[in-house]
Amino acid sequence: MTQWESVIGLEVHIQLQSKSKIFSGASTQFGSDPNVQACLIDVALPGVLPVCNFEAVRMAVVFGLAVGAKINRRSIFERKNYFYPDLPKGYQISQYEIPIVSGGSIETEVDGEVRVVGLTRAHLEEDAGKSLHDQFSDATGIDLNRAGTPLLEIVSEPDIRSAAQAADYMRKLHSLVTYLGICDGNMQEGSLRCDANVSVRPIGQKKLGTRTELKNINSFRFVEKGIEVEIDRQIEVLESGGKIVQETRLYDSKRNITRSMRGKEDAQDYRYFPDPDLPPLVVSDDFIREVQRELPELPNERKNRFENELGLTTADAVQLTQSREVADYFEVALRQSPDNAKGVANWINVELASYLNKSGLNIQNSKVSAETLGELVAKVSDGTISGAGGKTLLQELWDDPRQSVDAIIEAKGLRQMDDSAELEKLVEQVMAENPDQTQKIQDGNHKVLGFLVGQVMKLSEGQANPKSVSDLLKHKLGI
Amino acid sequence: MIPSSSELVQLSQALQSEDISSLELCEESFRRINEWSELNAFISLDQEGALECAERIDRERTKAKLDPLAGIPLAHKDLFCTKGLLTTCGSKILSNFVAPYDATLVSRLKEKNTILLGKTNMDEFAMGSSSEHSFYNPVRNPWDTTLVPGGSSGGSAAAVAAGLVPAATGTDTGGSIRQPAALCGITGVKPSYGRVSRFGMVAFASSLDQAGIFTRSAKDAAMMLDAICGFDPRDSTSLEVDPPNCMRGIEDSPQELTIGVPEEYFAQGLDPAVGEIIQAALSEFESLGARLISLRMPNSKSAIPCYYVIAPAEASSNLSRFDGVRYGYRSDSEHDLREMYKKTRSEGFGSEVQRRIMTGTYVLSHGYYDAYYLKAQKVRRLIFEDYSRAFEKCDLIMGPTTPTTAFKIGAKMDDPVLMYLNDIYTAAVNLAGLPAMSIPAGFDKTGLPVGLHMVAPYLQEAKLLSVAHLFQQHTDFHLKAPVKES
Repeated sequence: MTQWESVIGLEVHIQLQSKSKIFSGASTQFGSDPNVQACLIDVALPGVLPVCNFEAVRMAVVFGLAVGAKINRRSIFERKNYFYPDLPKGYQISQYEIPIVSGGSIETEVDGEVRVVGLTRAHLEEDAGKSLHDQFSDATGIDLNRAGTPLLEIVSEPDIRSAAQAADYMRKLHSLVTYLGICDGNMQEGSLRCDANVSVRPIGQKKLGTRTELKNINSFRFVEKGIEVEIDRQIEVLESGGKIVQETRLYDSKRNITRSMRGKEDAQDYRYFPDPDLPPLVVSDDFIREVQRELPELPNERKNRFENELGLTTADAVQLTQSREVADYFEVALRQSPDNAKGVANWINVELASYLNKSGLNIQNSKVSAETLGELVAKVSDGTISGAGGKTLLQELWDDPRQSVDAIIEAKGLRQMDDSAELEKLVEQVMAENPDQTQKIQDGNHKVLGFLVGQVMKLSEGQANPKSVSDLLKHKLGI
Repeated sequence: MIPSSSELVQLSQALQSEDISSLELCEESFRRINEWSELNAFISLDQEGALECAERIDRERTKAKLDPLAGIPLAHKDLFCTKGLLTTCGSKILSNFVAPYDATLVSRLKEKNTILLGKTNMDEFAMGSSSEHSFYNPVRNPWDTTLVPGGSSGGSAAAVAAGLVPAATGTDTGGSIRQPAALCGITGVKPSYGRVSRFGMVAFASSLDQAGIFTRSAKDAAMMLDAICGFDPRDSTSLEVDPPNCMRGIEDSPQELTIGVPEEYFAQGLDPAVGEIIQAALSEFESLGARLISLRMPNSKSAIPCYYVIAPAEASSNLSRFDGVRYGYRSDSEHDLREMYKKTRSEGFGSEVQRRIMTGTYVLSHGYYDAYYLKAQKVRRLIFEDYSRAFEKCDLIMGPTTPTTAFKIGAKMDDPVLMYLNDIYTAAVNLAGLPAMSIPAGFDKTGLPVGLHMVAPYLQEAKLLSVAHLFQQHTDFHLKAPVKES
């Protein structure tokens, strides 16, 4: 039986989060009433002209530098001509022959296997408006608020070999662009949109199989699911002696199938040509150097630093660097407890994460600030409070963030006992009450020590420091 | 009595010395517009607004010193968006379009307190050389109303020639200012590409379109040009350079002047009568101390084919926005979306516009792009280089603006190629982005005006206008005005 290999390339459109549109001064904010954010230029009134928003260009350069691509010093805006009611000019301004970004790569990791996915290019273009088909009974509404929103279309090489890898590529890209602050990453609002080119071929065959294009798979899950079912469909067609038709297909998530949208024969001739309203887009070496200087530490670099310099486990480092906000939070917290990176990581990844999950909040909106969490970890590390006490403290802080750490420790009696006279009394009491166990230890069975420690802790109502108790017991027992 | 041949500079002085009021001037203009209504020079008039504005400016003049252009009545080609006024581009598809904003050129002239009387008739979307291709019927030439005024800015040219307004704006993509200026016996200037903002000027072919003006004399033109030139951040192709300041240098004609005369411009196709008048004008320059040299412009024969690939290509895309969705005409007989597009555009655009949209769509199509569009871009480069080489040897290039004088209405309507040849001497200038103008050089035996075409190096409008002014100080062709037959 033939073993099949799938070959996947993704085209991802990301909305750049510049304040104004790529060729007009109108706002790009999401969710306004229809057409209130469409100016003369977005509506394509007769006589209006585009002027390139350099903020969008800067973001494209940021992306290019972050993925190690070549920034083309001179790129060309072209017109992609087609008629559609939500495309006001009858053409989309895009880049075609010479994009602003060429090459670069993104690393994916599936089941511990790291693979590099090459990028073909990334180019700037404008978004279209929206057609509203279901809001009027006898007409289609046009909302041009989105028209002219800057997009960066990132085209990968056909280097992806599985649906899972495609989904991971999307996740990595999502993490990167939000990290870089060039995209808000909001998948529901369409800030990242993915088309996938999918083909299969027998393993070992060089020649690519006929591909289909899967349009608008706009969540990580749908990228994976959609590609998966499309791969299965193609294999089934080929194994039953059929041929793959080059076409555009849609993923129907309800039925978990893909279906044909339009064939190659319907492919449009977009009649691309350089937009005569826009001179070549020139970026200077100085500009690129400036962007390079301001480039934030990239997720992968930061992950490596967390592992190598702070001694975190890979799992912890990966989790902390999934978003820039989490990593920033970690680093601020770490300043309060600089000697316990592992502790800080653990408190964020486990305890705080659970509170955030439960309340559906991002770390940016965490009720407990990074400074306060760092203070909490410091108190646990230096033995002022126990781990259990820390959990109580976090609960208190979460419920009422206005309280100070110290006030809660006092109010809730979380401070561990460090008065040695009092502790000594408790230890002596426990030894007296448990002569058998005491004897066993003295006979060399050190395992029983834990029992005695537990008894002391119980007697102290949890306020004794277990390490101090253990030390004191050992001293008394002469071991 | 204000003579219909009055120059803008004279009217400006009369206004400043309060010998006449702006209201009188505007009322006289409207009287003449009415008297010359057969010219069909205007698509819309704003008499009420204009007279109100004139009164306001007359009042302001008693309080403060105003710009020399203040109170001057003007007309805009109906291709410039004017806030609150109809802007049709001579097309049915925009027959109901009232722009919500002013073109940069319009607002600049408004700031100078000029008075807009109305919008002038034109070939639909500036596509044509006769002003016959208008949804609002043909414009007529005031020298002989059975003849065309040239185009596409024929309404503006006819209005200035007949003395309806002292100045009017136009646009020039392949000769649309200079050719009608020649056929109507007035001065018409197309500045360097990028000098005048294209914002609010409805695009025909973006890389060639340039706004300019019609006036009686070069000095008038200098005054107008200084008002409309200048960088505009809303137009990415607008030049960030100092404006030409033509008025200051208008009397400073160069001490030494070498005029290049391309041999190709006097070859087959040129009406001998036109050729003689141009030769006489060149001799006049010689007698004024200029040196004439003969030039070769080997790629000039490719200008028209090159132009008729690039201009329609850009137009086919520029005119896509007229789809009946957001503004303008929409066909009543729509069925589905495709049908709505087809009907709207078939009914809304005239035949010449449709011809160019189809030509343009064809040359940009997959498989034809390299052979036509890309090739034309290479030819465009060669034409540009022809000019660069020529200007190493001379200061200005001169020749006829058009191969013939004005022709009969209807004479070339069935032969587009014959019509396109009207721009044979002018289109190359747009391809090269250079400043150029046409000035009256004389009249043929039937009394029809002939235009002298003058081309300057990039951004040298000031030199161009000062040389034209020099000629006009020694000739009076530009002061001749057609007389209304009663």
